[in-house]
Amino acid sequence: MKKTLRAVTLGTAISMIMIASANAQTLRWASAGDSLTFDPHSQNHGQTHAVAHQIYNPLIYLDLDSEMQPGLAVSWEVTDDPSVWEFKLREGVTFHDGTPFTADDVVFSFQRAQHPNSDMRTLISSVKEVRAVDPLTVHIETNGPTPLLPNNLTNLFIMSKVWAEANNVLTPQDYSAGEENFAVRNANGTGPFRLVSRDPDVRTEMVRNDEYWGMGEFPMEISRIVLTPIQSAATRAAAMLSGEIDFLQDVPVQDINRLNNSANITMLSAPENRTIFFGMDQGREELRTSDVKGANPFADIRVREAMNIAINRDAIQQVVMRGQSVPAGMIAPSFVNGWTAELDTVPETNVNRAKELLTEAGYANGFTVTLTCTNDRYVNDEAICQAVTGMLGQAGINVRLDARANSIHFAELQQGELDFFILGWAVPPLDSHYVFDFLLETKTPDTGAWNFTGWSNEEFDSLSRALPTETDLDERNAKIARAWEIVQDEIVYLPVHHQVLNWAVRQDIDFAVQSQNQPMLKYLSFK
Amino acid sequence: MTDQTTHSTPPAESGVFRRFLDSDLFYDFSRRPIIILSALLTVVIILAAAFAPWIAPHTPFDPASLNLMDGFTPPMEPNAFTGNVYWMGTDSQGRYIFSAILYGARISLLVGFAAVAFAAILGITLGLIAGYKGGWIDTVIMRIADVQLSFPAILVALLIFGISKSLIPNEMQEQAAIYVLILSIGLSDWVQYARTVRSSTLAEKNKEYVQAARLFGVSSLRILARHILPNVMGPVLVIGTIGLALAIILESTLSFLGVGVPSTQPSLGTLIRVGNEFLFSGEWWITLFPGFTLLILALSVNLLGDWLRDALNPRLR
Repeated sequence: MKKTLRAVTLGTAISMIMIASANAQTLRWASAGDSLTFDPHSQNHGQTHAVAHQIYNPLIYLDLDSEMQPGLAVSWEVTDDPSVWEFKLREGVTFHDGTPFTADDVVFSFQRAQHPNSDMRTLISSVKEVRAVDPLTVHIETNGPTPLLPNNLTNLFIMSKVWAEANNVLTPQDYSAGEENFAVRNANGTGPFRLVSRDPDVRTEMVRNDEYWGMGEFPMEISRIVLTPIQSAATRAAAMLSGEIDFLQDVPVQDINRLNNSANITMLSAPENRTIFFGMDQGREELRTSDVKGANPFADIRVREAMNIAINRDAIQQVVMRGQSVPAGMIAPSFVNGWTAELDTVPETNVNRAKELLTEAGYANGFTVTLTCTNDRYVNDEAICQAVTGMLGQAGINVRLDARANSIHFAELQQGELDFFILGWAVPPLDSHYVFDFLLETKTPDTGAWNFTGWSNEEFDSLSRALPTETDLDERNAKIARAWEIVQDEIVYLPVHHQVLNWAVRQDIDFAVQSQNQPMLKYLSFK
Repeated sequence: MTDQTTHSTPPAESGVFRRFLDSDLFYDFSRRPIIILSALLTVVIILAAAFAPWIAPHTPFDPASLNLMDGFTPPMEPNAFTGNVYWMGTDSQGRYIFSAILYGARISLLVGFAAVAFAAILGITLGLIAGYKGGWIDTVIMRIADVQLSFPAILVALLIFGISKSLIPNEMQEQAAIYVLILSIGLSDWVQYARTVRSSTLAEKNKEYVQAARLFGVSSLRILARHILPNVMGPVLVIGTIGLALAIILESTLSFLGVGVPSTQPSLGTLIRVGNEFLFSGEWWITLFPGFTLLILALSVNLLGDWLRDALNPRLR
């Protein structure tokens, strides 16, 4: 009798604990690399935005199908003046600290994002003025008509003006200078989760924001998120297999089959909006890491062509990526406006021709250069770089490889210190202009923010700069096509492949993969 | 024991080798099959590593000699794309595991020997000075040794490695990595030698032959080098052999943690670390073969060291 009673009590206790845990659902989320900063305007960086989307809201965001959805704006349209957009704002929204959200915050956030420290300013370089018409209406005036303005706002997060003033974060963090401000480890957004604790590269904890404007509209079943970056691929896979984490963002390609075969894990897969490529500093008189003195080998198009045909992209896809990539000829995946199958054709590998080209360029004995790589940012980034090191070596270019964490890589890259580097680029606005604007236009304070190649072409610049205000769609597409042609002829970058996205979730989780690789956890639900 | 007489009065025509073959040590050695096997394996691995450029089918450190399409070939099975067969398979970049092991063992042994030599020279010097001079010099050296002994060797090595890394400019780090590794392992291991040599020196320095040398007015340096040092080398040899196994393991541990030699010049530990990434996906050979080689090497050297310690210890005879 006593035994039965004890068993019943124990059973009740266990089931009560289980019910309690069902109501308080914690999501243990792991990725390879961490967000670089919580300052929403400091870095235009995929994982940084992916984490920020849980806490901050933009006016417009891309949902799981990459369709634009109303965020803090409920509607947007061009006014009678084609250079002015009108945004109607969401009513009754409050920030995590309780202050109400108004048009002033939007005006402030745009101004902040236009500051020279901001990496987001290129996206809104066409914006002339942002005016608060009334507390729930904002007018954005642009330099000439800008039909694609909304596409550029999907990662532009809105901060509280009052909070920024109180904490002295009116300007964005100067990331490449190694600066820190209050907004780097603290956050006050309008998003579905609020930041509880932040330990960069170790652990970030968020809890559900019960005052979120989307409560009831979205599943919102997670009560707590624990984000842990795990750099080692094997450890990441092991953590997912052992049930230590519930959602894994960067599944190692070699472990996809293993995870797929596990009954407790569901794999989610889709083509990703991200292209991996190599950049070469072509503008300098002399490279920093090369044995060639008094000349820059990368400035010679024959050298760039030799490198382009020395890289065997199919081998990288088959061996390094195990089929989980699409070899690329251009820096834009197929769902971006301006993409054509012809532009994306992979150049045929020809090592002998590459050697000939190097000889013609005067480097019959090759030359040395250092390739700088991340080892925790892109899928198998270090292995890709190792493979390319070998392939270029076969053509005669002696490449030294320096692989390190992405936080160091991006800081050095943005200080313009790298000769030869890996980079991956996503195109959230789904239009070629975004690629041109950041990666290819001549580097000035307002354009070419991520153009670290020193490449500059007048015709290209004039074509690209005409795009934002070009209202004739056919004419616009013709300009995009011509601009891509110049880029391909000049071999500014060496595209490698478009990534394929692989996420793993616990089998009782219902979620969908988003091609931007930005998990919107408010959509996640438990079965 | 049996050949006590030969030991004390060797025949005139026999050289050092003859004396070795006649010694107690060799007699003991020849009666232990496990020790013979250990010695054989150690010699084979050392020779294979030393002659790696002539034995290995290709140079794994030269990325230009690799064919990526050969990557992930299982042992004794043809590659899915190229059809090539390698008896130990290939790694993720198409390096032959066999070549990688030969070159990896070369790095591991080089670091091991160099670190032991460095630690021994430093430890012996400090031990001789401490034991012979005594006084405050002895106190200072031995207290430093005690403090260092209270930290695990791996921690000390990591600390020294971290400091050296931050002092060396970025572009020189790859070339300097191996020297930094030798320095950090050597510095973490000198205490053993210093303590042993000091205690032997304390015993030796009051013996008659040292007193006699002193009476003749021989300088301290000469007494230490010519009279005391040869008489304290026995125990040092034993520590050195065991130390070699420890140094190889420490090097592999550091490289496994990713702070050792760079992955373009893999040691055994680096090979195990790289292969570890692929254990879950079933590519076991990338990590198993280097791991097995390390196991054999460390075990053989360790057994040799243990045997040497017992054989040279008069109390265990």
